[in-house]
Amino acid sequence: MNVIQPIRGRSKPPAATLGLVDVDIHPRMKKPTDLNPWLSQRWQEHLATYGIRARHGFVGGQPPFPKAQPLACRRDAWPPGGGSPASDLDFLRFQLLDQYGTDIGVLNPLQPSGQGDNNNEFSAAMAHAVNEWQLAEWTRKEPRLRASVVVPYDDGPASAREIEKRAGDSNFCQVLMMSRTAEPAGKSRYWPIYEAAEAAGLPVAFHAFGYSGWAMTNGGWPSFYTEEVSEHAISAQNQVVSLVVEGVLERFPKLNVVMIECGFAWVPNVAWRLDQHWQQLRGEVPHLKLKPSEYIKRNIWFSTQPMEDPERPEHILDIMEWIGWDKILFASDYPHWDFDDPLLALSGAISAEKRRDIYGGNAIKLYGL
Amino acid sequence: MLRGLRAIDVDVHPVVPGMAALTPYMDEFWRDQVVERGINTIASQNYPPNAPKTARADWKQASRVGDLQAQLLDPWEIATAILTPLYGTQMVMNADMARAFTRALNDWTRAEWLDCDERLRASIVLPMHDPDHAVEEIERLAPDRRFVQAQVLVMGETPAGKRQHWPVYAACVKHGLPLAIHAGSCFRHPVTSVGWPSWYLEEYSAQAQGFQSTLGSLITEGVLSKFPELKIVLLESGVTWLMPFLYRLQKTWKGTRFEIPWVDRPPVEMVRDQVRLSCQPFDAPPEVVPRVLEMLGSEDLLMWASDWPHWQYDGDQAIPPGMPASLLPKLLRGNALATYARLREGVTA
Repeated sequence: MNVIQPIRGRSKPPAATLGLVDVDIHPRMKKPTDLNPWLSQRWQEHLATYGIRARHGFVGGQPPFPKAQPLACRRDAWPPGGGSPASDLDFLRFQLLDQYGTDIGVLNPLQPSGQGDNNNEFSAAMAHAVNEWQLAEWTRKEPRLRASVVVPYDDGPASAREIEKRAGDSNFCQVLMMSRTAEPAGKSRYWPIYEAAEAAGLPVAFHAFGYSGWAMTNGGWPSFYTEEVSEHAISAQNQVVSLVVEGVLERFPKLNVVMIECGFAWVPNVAWRLDQHWQQLRGEVPHLKLKPSEYIKRNIWFSTQPMEDPERPEHILDIMEWIGWDKILFASDYPHWDFDDPLLALSGAISAEKRRDIYGGNAIKLYGL
Repeated sequence: MLRGLRAIDVDVHPVVPGMAALTPYMDEFWRDQVVERGINTIASQNYPPNAPKTARADWKQASRVGDLQAQLLDPWEIATAILTPLYGTQMVMNADMARAFTRALNDWTRAEWLDCDERLRASIVLPMHDPDHAVEEIERLAPDRRFVQAQVLVMGETPAGKRQHWPVYAACVKHGLPLAIHAGSCFRHPVTSVGWPSWYLEEYSAQAQGFQSTLGSLITEGVLSKFPELKIVLLESGVTWLMPFLYRLQKTWKGTRFEIPWVDRPPVEMVRDQVRLSCQPFDAPPEVVPRVLEMLGSEDLLMWASDWPHWQYDGDQAIPPGMPASLLPKLLRGNALATYARLREGVTA
């Protein structure tokens, strides 16, 4: 969880013999105007005047559930030279990439990325700018980093255009969506995204977060940040169900999906439940040619952090076994407070060979790194 | 497979054939409203009347006590069955109407089911959108000891743990009634936090997400801490979501307990003390059932249910395949007797 001080000298996890790939790093802008070089005058003014208009009603702070820490970040991640955590490439190198010998780090920009904004046109302009910013400020300066294609996901066709623009650029390794879309992710309004991603050979990642505009539980709004953290896993369950049952994974069989920071202990029971009730309800969904669990096993990857914490450690191995050892990707979530230290994250109960694949082998295959 | 075991069935659904069945239990004003406004049914979309999940092919037309006796109680030699009506009385938007319709539903259950078979017990269905009405309904019916619990749907208007509901939980404790939370939505919100899905299969699956959020709310808001005597019974939840959910919640709690200091012990322990689950459906293939039970970490959590007339299994395979024989005495009787104080009492009408 929260690392206050570096606990040892620089070193890579010994099991990471194929390389250490961290699929969840969150770069931040130094200041709100950092995107201006790639925004038109109109959208620069819009951003400065109205800001990000998310579907929860708050303008600033850490809405609507204040986080456990300022900006949900490690206390020691604030760069000595100023600015917010993960806004300074040199300090990110020092504290993360060099510290652990990270070979490849995947950038997942969060707000102010404009994803999930009330205004789709603005969201599309922001996505373009954030993608250019990742190239200019991060991947071109640091060859160990890869960018994600940020898309204005609630506008399917605009998202597809952004993906097509980035297809073939090896700086980008995946498409990035948030886990709380305005409608279930399997709905046809999102299919242009999957079609374009499949064509470009890019996995589609759903990172926990975002505000759909609906209540955060199906029984209304909860009260606490503790609940919000649980709800990230719960909404991700709904999204996996939707991608399967709406037929996305049948229609786009080569689409690879990555669930990032959504947890994974729930994957077996969601799959079992779908299989169980599909037996009686399959007449409703003849477009599914496989058992629901078979789509999940075939098409979906899961990142490690935050890993559920069973009372008996061997139970997490059962869960990983069911998901498939080739479907689990290491993530640190740097610079957030619940960062997983690469040296401590994976239990020694997992064989060295499997840890090797989780630390790097699986991601190298998935992303073609 | 159940004959001779004197099983206690904790989830049996009497089917209301239509509003005409309830009007005899309403006062003149509401009887008139039903007729003049043409309210012929308030059946719930949670279980579309013709959907295969709603009633097994061989259990259709199950709206009379005679059906229940012939299809379930007699052939399986059930000792006691707890009725859990799911008619849409809790869903209506007008709080006064919800109060009147729910009263009628509970009185219908009493007159047309409880009074007809001594093996039956029932749930006090609560008009939860007005806690005053819910408390009033508990006070009205609790003196009849055949009502053994209060009952709400898992997806309400606000999360179950919110403080405005606490007088209801205090009333449950006062009368020794567990709070049963059954699958189903009041449809105040989409059945997922990302909007409305296209297919009923998704909607039915989403019950398991509702149970996670609801249990999370009861824990984090402090209901389990404030009312340590309160038993929560989760009905038709699917079971296997429970421990993976708690693994995440408990880990998060270690880092964020400063915001909910009243949660002063590990959530898994609170759940083992106060939460019970019906075992139908049991969302796991038979080969993993022993491992799932090992994760539950207690033999006291599960109670058997037929979920009649919902289609969860075929024939009489109502005990989830893979359950070890050693668990059956607790599963079929012991855990229900430990959970429901009123089942331990001598029967009085």
